Amino acid sequence: MTTPEPPAPSPLSSPLLSVRGLGVRFRMRGGRHVAAVTDAGFDLAAGECLALVGESGCGKSVLASALLGLLPGNAQTTGSALLAARGPAGEVDLLTADERTLARTVRGRRVGLVPQSPAAHLTPVRTVRSQLAEVLRELTGVRGPALAKAVEAAAARTAYPSDHLDRYPHELSGGLAQRAATALALIGDAPLLLADEPTTGLDRELVDRTADELRRHTDDGRALLMITHDLAAAQRIADRVAVMYAGRIVELADADSFFGGDGPRHPYARGLLDALPEREFTAIPGTPPELGDLPDGCAFAARCPRATDICATLPVLTPGHGSSVACHHAEERVDA
Amino acid sequence: MLELLGITAGYEPGAPVVRGASVTVAPGESVGLLGPSGCGKSTLARVAALLHRPDAGTVTIDGTRATGWRHRAPKARRTAIGVVFQQPRLAADPRLRLTDLIAEPLRAGGRRAEVTGRVGELARTVGLTDDLLGRRPHEVSDGQLQRACLARALVLRPRWLVCDEMTAMLDASTTAALVTVVEEYRRAEGAGLLAVGHDRVLLERWCDRTVRWTEIAEAV
Ligand code: SF4
Repeated sequence: MTTPEPPAPSPLSSPLLSVRGLGVRFRMRGGRHVAAVTDAGFDLAAGECLALVGESGCGKSVLASALLGLLPGNAQTTGSALLAARGPAGEVDLLTADERTLARTVRGRRVGLVPQSPAAHLTPVRTVRSQLAEVLRELTGVRGPALAKAVEAAAARTAYPSDHLDRYPHELSGGLAQRAATALALIGDAPLLLADEPTTGLDRELVDRTADELRRHTDDGRALLMITHDLAAAQRIADRVAVMYAGRIVELADADSFFGGDGPRHPYARGLLDALPEREFTAIPGTPPELGDLPDGCAFAARCPRATDICATLPVLTPGHGSSVACHHAEERVDA
Repeated sequence: MLELLGITAGYEPGAPVVRGASVTVAPGESVGLLGPSGCGKSTLARVAALLHRPDAGTVTIDGTRATGWRHRAPKARRTAIGVVFQQPRLAADPRLRLTDLIAEPLRAGGRRAEVTGRVGELARTVGLTDDLLGRRPHEVSDGQLQRACLARALVLRPRWLVCDEMTAMLDASTTAALVTVVEEYRRAEGAGLLAVGHDRVLLERWCDRTVRWTEIAEAV
């Protein structure tokens, strides 16, 4: 008896963010183009965390910048990234919305950014209290005596200690700076949180705590897109994992099966996981190709132990066996 | 032996960031020094690499006590130790092409004749292509630049290596690749290693033994 192929794991409720065919190209000097992101697609629902993982330079940060409308002038985007209507706010395509719309109604209000290096994201010459107050005034309109209360409440949401509110960013430990930055990101009650390498440079203990906190905000009903090269952090909190390589999503899988028993189905994802010191601690041979000089076929072929002649043609992301994979020789799996 | 004994060090008088720290690495041994960020372990690593003069304590390398630091350290002593830092962008001269970055210690030591052979050999070891060797730091990724910084640290064949959070900015595969390079070098040359970091899982997998900061240093 045959059953139809199950669809790729997808959110149960209708997605809050729906990305389709997202591409980002940079125009370089001499008219050359570099494709930093090609044909990326995924859905993300409220209450769900999707971890976008990959090496530095794989395109994951460019994808995040595209969703925030923060790409440099020489970038061209294709595809769509629809943020669903919510309350009075209508549906918006993050890729085509103009800067005025993004600045006034989207960034901070509908999409909150948890930045990569919180110390750099905070304004150095102003105390945490004054930065929280400013963003509160701007996003919620609260004024006067209520503002002081609101500042304390905003700090409390990320367990930022109220007796540290009058400190300047350079007086904060890495962990407190991260909490202050996250508190700022949460003020607008944005339904979508975008965390760009939120754990880089933090101690493992702090990584765990930061990740758990982000998970808590997800469980409160937000959607979380976490961009990271830290697989341990992804394993800790993600519901699904998207692996990027050379600008493309090569595997989109359920986090449990990806990190758990079955493991990844794409050879690159498998290699990345095996490189962890708690696993095989073996590197993938070679280095990623240049984004400006990609082969016609699978971009991983030069490093892949399974490559055959057919890999000279581009593998497309195909659902099946519990995850979507772009590989001609993906790990087969018996579906439960 | 690489011996640090009772090291107290800091950047302002009366405000040490390291107090009474002692750690010993035997020839060919690898020791992981595990501590949270900001604990002073990077300063201790700089003292071990003769890049920062301690306020108190001694550094003894292969039986000889160090008396000069930075450019005042005798050349033979300085070249006995290779060092790799966490942030390759801060450690690498942005004007140099990667090939010159790797060759620089050889040129500074008047060993120009060895440049071509040694740089080519190391580039292969750390996985840098000719194309990458011709680029400047801003034209390569953090991982590629760190590969060059590791090659540079190995170019004079040091007997000791000090790696300060060498892989903290890198992805899992590049981390495993660089650790493999260090370990193959150590096996070939019998070099000792002091690896400073905050990742317990990594250091325990990498090193013969791992010591905790609180076991080897006093509180400041
Ligand atoms: S398509 Fe071929 S080269 Fe690419 S990952 Fe799969 S097996 Fe390897």
